[in-house]
Amino acid sequence: MKGRIGLWRFLPLSAMFFLLAGCGEDKLTALDPYGPQAEWILDNMILSLYVMALVIIVVFTLFFIAVIKFRKKEGDEEIPKQVEGSKTLELTWTIIPVFLLAILAVPTIAGTYNMAEEAPEAAGSSGEEGESAEGEDGEENGEEVEEEDAAIVIDVTGHQFWWQFDYPEGFSAGNEVYIPTGEKVWFNLTASDVIHSFWVPALGGKIDTIPGVENSMWLEANEPGVYKGKCAELCGPSHALMDFKVVAMEPDEYEVWAKEMSGEQESSAEESEGGGATEESQEEDTQDSTMSDGRQAFEDQGCIGCHAVEGQGTGQGPSLSNFADREKIANVIDVSDENLEAWIRDPESFKQGNNMPAFPDMNDEDMDAIIDYLNSLSVEDELE
Amino acid sequence: MATATASMNNNKSVLWDWLTTVDHKKLAVLYLIAGTLFFVKAGVMALFMRIQLMSAENDFLTGQTFNEFITMHGTIMLFLAATPLIFAFMNFVIPLQIGARDVAFPFVNALGFWIFFFGGLLVSVSWFFGGAPDAGWTAYVPLSSGEYADLGLDFYVLGLQISGIGTLVSAINFIVTIINMRAPGMTMMRMPLFCWTGLVTSILIVFAFTPLAAGLALLMLDRIFGGQFFVPDSGGNAVLWQHIFWIFGHPEVYILVLPAFGIISEVIPAFSKKRLFGYTAMVFATLIIAFLSFMVWVHHMFTVGIGPITNSVFAIATMAIGIPTGIKIFNWLFTMWGGKLTFNTAMLCASSFVPTFVLGGVTGVMLAMVPIDYLYHDTYFVVAHFHYIVVGGIVLGLLAGTYYWYPKMFGHKLNEKLGILMFWLFYIGFHLTFFIQHILGLIGMPRRVFTYLDGQGMETMNLVSTIGAFLMGAGVVVLVINIVYSAFTSERVAVRDPWDARTLEWSTTTPVPEYNFAQTPQVRSLDPWFYEKIHGDGLMKSAEPMDEIHMPNGSILPFMIGLGLFIWGFGMIMLNMENPIMPPAIVIGVGFVVTFGSMLVRSIKEDHGYHIPLDKVKKIEKEVS
Repeated sequence: MKGRIGLWRFLPLSAMFFLLAGCGEDKLTALDPYGPQAEWILDNMILSLYVMALVIIVVFTLFFIAVIKFRKKEGDEEIPKQVEGSKTLELTWTIIPVFLLAILAVPTIAGTYNMAEEAPEAAGSSGEEGESAEGEDGEENGEEVEEEDAAIVIDVTGHQFWWQFDYPEGFSAGNEVYIPTGEKVWFNLTASDVIHSFWVPALGGKIDTIPGVENSMWLEANEPGVYKGKCAELCGPSHALMDFKVVAMEPDEYEVWAKEMSGEQESSAEESEGGGATEESQEEDTQDSTMSDGRQAFEDQGCIGCHAVEGQGTGQGPSLSNFADREKIANVIDVSDENLEAWIRDPESFKQGNNMPAFPDMNDEDMDAIIDYLNSLSVEDELE
Repeated sequence: MATATASMNNNKSVLWDWLTTVDHKKLAVLYLIAGTLFFVKAGVMALFMRIQLMSAENDFLTGQTFNEFITMHGTIMLFLAATPLIFAFMNFVIPLQIGARDVAFPFVNALGFWIFFFGGLLVSVSWFFGGAPDAGWTAYVPLSSGEYADLGLDFYVLGLQISGIGTLVSAINFIVTIINMRAPGMTMMRMPLFCWTGLVTSILIVFAFTPLAAGLALLMLDRIFGGQFFVPDSGGNAVLWQHIFWIFGHPEVYILVLPAFGIISEVIPAFSKKRLFGYTAMVFATLIIAFLSFMVWVHHMFTVGIGPITNSVFAIATMAIGIPTGIKIFNWLFTMWGGKLTFNTAMLCASSFVPTFVLGGVTGVMLAMVPIDYLYHDTYFVVAHFHYIVVGGIVLGLLAGTYYWYPKMFGHKLNEKLGILMFWLFYIGFHLTFFIQHILGLIGMPRRVFTYLDGQGMETMNLVSTIGAFLMGAGVVVLVINIVYSAFTSERVAVRDPWDARTLEWSTTTPVPEYNFAQTPQVRSLDPWFYEKIHGDGLMKSAEPMDEIHMPNGSILPFMIGLGLFIWGFGMIMLNMENPIMPPAIVIGVGFVVTFGSMLVRSIKEDHGYHIPLDKVKKIEKEVS
């Protein structure tokens, strides 16, 4: 795959694409891919563009010659020869396109099967399928399967207007999904309300999340970074604001992150078993007094009814367990205490039609406590 | 008695005349006016959306309003603007091109128009009752279900259901007309290509609008009567709607674009002074496209997750459509090749259609490549692609048709200088607006977004696109000015054939008398009018002696049936209103009584039409020639 890209760099159309790649935002635009799936897509798009360029050049040349050469001249009233048609020509422009389309059909079908590949459940179980579908990627996949027992499968649920990511370890994340680099990560996708579509342009294609249906896709990131994802299916007034992020980390770093996240989950599981009694002990664990005040306010105001923190709470709203690691509030607002307060007091003004109730009259004390508390919820910090 | 009826008609007011007319030429004008009004309305909405997207994080429109605009823009443009404009030309031209005095069922023709019109009106009044539909023109469930969408969607469902009936009725009428009403000698393979595409489009309508009607009925049951066809929690299926919709939706594209192909196939030969290259191939390409159009609907649903087998099959079927379309493109090019081309506005629109449509076609083939469609799908790339088909194809075709047939329809030409100005404004604006949207899609802009965040590199391109949209708007304004200006200043066309064209409609006198042909013409060749100019004495041979002419009476009943359906539909919507001003059952009842009462009157009252006596026909013929 690498070799092919290298060759095409010398050709004008690809050059145009490398210029265009500069137009969009890094790690968002599909013209600057960061994963094997996105690279495959770009490669084959350029292939199709070469074929199409051929068609366009032929048609435009004929068109402009006809338009320039066969203009009626002043005073020329002679009737041109009435040509009925030409079997040879008709056959030519029927058969040549068949071959052109065949060139495109082969990678289309190969790619379709490759991208539909399902998550390997145990060693080597579906490596074969990958190989038969598409040579190069199949081999890669085969190696991976040997190396690892089971791939990471993340459950994705689309909600109006946020994304829920449930990890196999049992913890959950909202709007930001963490993945390790250099391996295929599978997503099982569905939706809770209306249809959404899960799309990370710099890493690969998209797939719809549909209520009552479970879809599957894989993505792979070549290098660490924060890749922008978007909802691509109209899902209501704030469809345009339903962004998310894919945070790709080195595998070892990812493992620590996942342990950290699931560590919380385990402790919360103990708590829920133990009931009210252990809750006190948990409060003792938290050293900072404002934090516990904040946690208290978070519960008093009912936030915990929808948002999970530290592995506790329901999944009606996005989990805030790693809130302080986020780049945006609710994925649209820049991070600042003022903005966070404004959001809590009136979410509707930022994201029309979202399901979070407004808290316009929350007292300042609780508000400050909650904001401080939320700002303390970091997992990445703990990694360092 | 016949004279009495005829003179009685003359005493009615102009308004009454237009409300009751069953003349295909007048109905064509009604379609043209209704279609143009809807077109301008949806165009203004498009400008509003482009203003909103002009800069990042703009707050000119809210997300909700924007969604209502995209929905109404798409719905109106496809159902209520393009369809009636196509029907306007089909109504006016097809009977003339096949040498008929009218369509097979003039009453049904009027019925089709009025039902369509009132259906469109029903969709449009949604703005006054809590907002327009907001789930996109595709109205995907569950977003369009009772749980997530307000009353607007009820207007969408019932309005489209009603206007769809009108469209279906008209299509059946065209099929019967084209098959049964051709003049002697006008065999199927001598029909002008516009008639062929009109026939094929009508057949497509019959097969495509019926599933739509079924789907809309199911959605109506879900929304108004608590059905659960599309509710996943109750065992319904959200994907089912997409299948039903696209089984209709994909052929719909061809329903609109085939007649545009037809117009192009009339205009290019006329102004190239050459017969259409490869006529037979063109006819069969049309038929193959029509057949394949029912085989490709899943390409709108590649990302739904149906599975690699289905996706591959539909990808190949989709690519296959490229072949007959390519045949058409090359035949148009070779029609111009070796001809004597005159570039007036009609020919500018028609010839520029060819390369523009190729650009839309190649992106179509690119979209068929499933794995890459995973990138393109639901982005601005798709928006760009289908606007290249719809604007670069259908609208350019309609503009060509307007300038071409205008003298026959209204008795005077449109101003050429203004026409050429319009063309360049529109054409440059079009490419500015849509070409750049391909790239916007690739750099990560999904479609149907009301805004985009700052710093994603989308600002400049969106601004360019907005500027282009306003250029297109300016083009349309120039067209409107042209219509008014020409009505007052343009010279009356006194000859039959101002363009020195080829087909039968140009053998009629201008203005066309209500009976079209005093004597049914005898057709001796493809392009019969051109044949008589070269091989005959420059006039059509007659297939019958001059005699009195049997004409249908006008009737207000089509209008009343349409009105009744409108009232009925509104009553159905009132079932979902929180505080209807009167019990919905009464409104539904009134609608029922008006609709079926009118039908009853039509069934019971005998109406044999009237005859124009021979001496009057002779008098009219003398006046016009």
